[in-house]
Amino acid sequence: MGECACTLDLRLSPLTSWYKPPAPMLSKAAFYDVDGTLVRTNIVHTYAYYAMNRGSLSGIAGRTIGTIASLPLFGALDAVNRKVFNEFFYRYYSGLSEDRLVTLAEDLFEDVLKPAIFPKAQDLIDEAKKAGCRIVLVTGALDFTIRPLARHLGADDLIANKMQFNGGFATGKVIPPIIEGANKAHAIREYCVKHQLALDKSHAYSDSASDYAMLAIVGRPTAVNPDLRLRSLARAYNWPVLDLR
Amino acid sequence: MRPLKTLKKLYDEESHIIITEKGSPPRVLFSGEDFLLEDLPLGTRVICARPPLEGVPNVKAAIRWAINHPEGMEPLHALLRPGMKVTVALDDISLPLPPMRTPDVRQTVLEIVLELLADSGVDDVHLIIANALHRRMTEAEMKRMVGQKIWDAFYPDRYYNHDAEDPDGMVELERTSHGEVVALNRRASESDLLIYVNINLVPMDGGHKSVGTGLTNYESLRAHHNPKTIRESESYMEPKRSALHRSTERIGRVIDQHLKVFHIETVLNNRMFGDQVEFLGKQEEDFTELDRMKLQAMRAALQRMPRAMKRKIFHAIPGAYSVIGVHAGSTEPTHDKTLELSWRQYSVPVDGQSDIVIFGVPYISPYNVNSILNPLLLQVMGCGYLFNLNRGVPLVKKGGVIILCHPAYDEFDPEHHPSYIEFFNRLLPETRDAMVLEHKYEREFATNPSYVHLYRKGNAYHGAHPFYMWYWGENGRQWAGKIIVAGAENNHVPELLGWERTDTLSEAIEEARGFMGRSATISLVKIPPILQTDVKV
Repeated sequence: MGECACTLDLRLSPLTSWYKPPAPMLSKAAFYDVDGTLVRTNIVHTYAYYAMNRGSLSGIAGRTIGTIASLPLFGALDAVNRKVFNEFFYRYYSGLSEDRLVTLAEDLFEDVLKPAIFPKAQDLIDEAKKAGCRIVLVTGALDFTIRPLARHLGADDLIANKMQFNGGFATGKVIPPIIEGANKAHAIREYCVKHQLALDKSHAYSDSASDYAMLAIVGRPTAVNPDLRLRSLARAYNWPVLDLR
Repeated sequence: MRPLKTLKKLYDEESHIIITEKGSPPRVLFSGEDFLLEDLPLGTRVICARPPLEGVPNVKAAIRWAINHPEGMEPLHALLRPGMKVTVALDDISLPLPPMRTPDVRQTVLEIVLELLADSGVDDVHLIIANALHRRMTEAEMKRMVGQKIWDAFYPDRYYNHDAEDPDGMVELERTSHGEVVALNRRASESDLLIYVNINLVPMDGGHKSVGTGLTNYESLRAHHNPKTIRESESYMEPKRSALHRSTERIGRVIDQHLKVFHIETVLNNRMFGDQVEFLGKQEEDFTELDRMKLQAMRAALQRMPRAMKRKIFHAIPGAYSVIGVHAGSTEPTHDKTLELSWRQYSVPVDGQSDIVIFGVPYISPYNVNSILNPLLLQVMGCGYLFNLNRGVPLVKKGGVIILCHPAYDEFDPEHHPSYIEFFNRLLPETRDAMVLEHKYEREFATNPSYVHLYRKGNAYHGAHPFYMWYWGENGRQWAGKIIVAGAENNHVPELLGWERTDTLSEAIEEARGFMGRSATISLVKIPPILQTDVKV
């Protein structure tokens, strides 16, 4: 009883009236690019898996040969413009059924993505969780292909491209805006606003200079397994460089 | 290499203080990876290290004797039982400086201890490097430290770096009477016996600090690695006058209650330079013509080399240390013996303080072996280590001037010191107040997942480490009226550190005299080799 009175006295004391409780601190997040950052595969590997599992022999052969024949074009487009590459590439999904894509995603994860996770990727995510970060994967891949991976790594959220479906079949078009380059940065900013997260206290991880905007927008950018351009950017801006391989 | 007897003839016991007179030779000072050759004002007091004490004639015999005649404990062989679990913890690469010639004394101790363990039927043995929040040692460094045979037998499963961030690798014991967290490496804490192999270079090292600091984590280190404790530590080199040591003693006593710890402490002499650079350990008055030629040749060669190459060369020159004593047993009585011997080698009696004190800052500190002495480490060398190398009162008077000779280059090693880069470039422009830095930013850096990852999987110092470097310099910053870095190649590094700069040492002395008065007394502390002033006021 005495204790209660004491507490009450302190609260009412004019000596402590100057005290203002600190403003509630916003939470923070860690945003991870996926391809090349957490896993060694990319969206072409993912599509190749779907092509190889087309269902009929002619379908497998057709899509596989088509994919292989287009590899030089993919490479050139990716080097020139990631956005154009994505738009072009996702046309290859046209005509595939939604059910099949979603069902195959689990197998895709077990067969392709899980073995390709970099050995130290889980540690990095665990360390961010320990630091109180919300874990968000941000990828140009299609959402249904990455969902099992996000679940496996313990991510809280996924920002990814969404395929447009018509009558249960993929149209080959992605619902805009396509998540890549500057749009990744926009998506991250909107996510932070929506979830009351402090952008300047948040972390971002990527392997590619094409994600410069995503890295530059957060307060704690980190280059992971960086390509040459990103490595030189990281050195110039004094960003930490990690190797998860 | 010149026999120690010959080297000792060059000195008598009282010749370590020289007053500069007309005709005195110019002094050789380190300035990072270069040497300065400076004529000092008449009357400048030059304080030199004591000559190296003679090493024990047979190091292996000295180790055996120590572990068979320990202080306050039974002999090591009597503590061993077949099937027991033993962990051997080792000081990391921050000791000694520079790393000693092979075989490293840790290897020699291990060869004896591991043989004894094997003969006693103890097979469950792990070797852990007690690196606390220091960087992990590389494979090459680890191999060099213990030799090929032990490396082959223990690495990687039973010879590894301590990981203070391993969620399953730490245990928390009861807190001290002051509420300090006592956290310890799980393997060590679950062992039937912990053997700690220490290298004592200065009195700050060893004792309770070995286990309680080397095998712990951030939460426990926060108890004493903070600006308040540092400010309350009158001298880091005198454990009895150091709040930091009082805290580590409280933590160490809790550890000793839970765990049987057998310390093996080795003391090295101060013979840092051997072979072709042996003359650097001599006083200039004793230089031969050959020494002078070597010095000129070295300076000429260094002037033409890029800094990275100079650094590489310096880091490749090992110290020519000899073991001057080995003590073993329980923590406190063992360390008392170690401290006594350490003072005999390093303590230099000095009459009175000086208004101006000059230090040449070498290329190396405990935190940049095989790396760069970046601006924060320059700061810790000046305001932390060199300022604090004393017993009693500091050599420089309160409000006096410290002059550091160093280029103060803006260079960082992103692999070893990534968090330092952010600390220096983001935090120091905002504030130099250690208290503000601690409260506002320390935990953020300590838990930054990128820094945690680089500490655990790379070879980076922990995210909290740059803060410790800044706190370490707190007493020097509070004490000195002015700090001048002579030879700084830029303006912004000294400015961010809160220092002034000059192009040359002469200009720095002039500026210091302008601040302290024309009759200001001046001392030059010739380090390395390491010495500690014992100032009588």
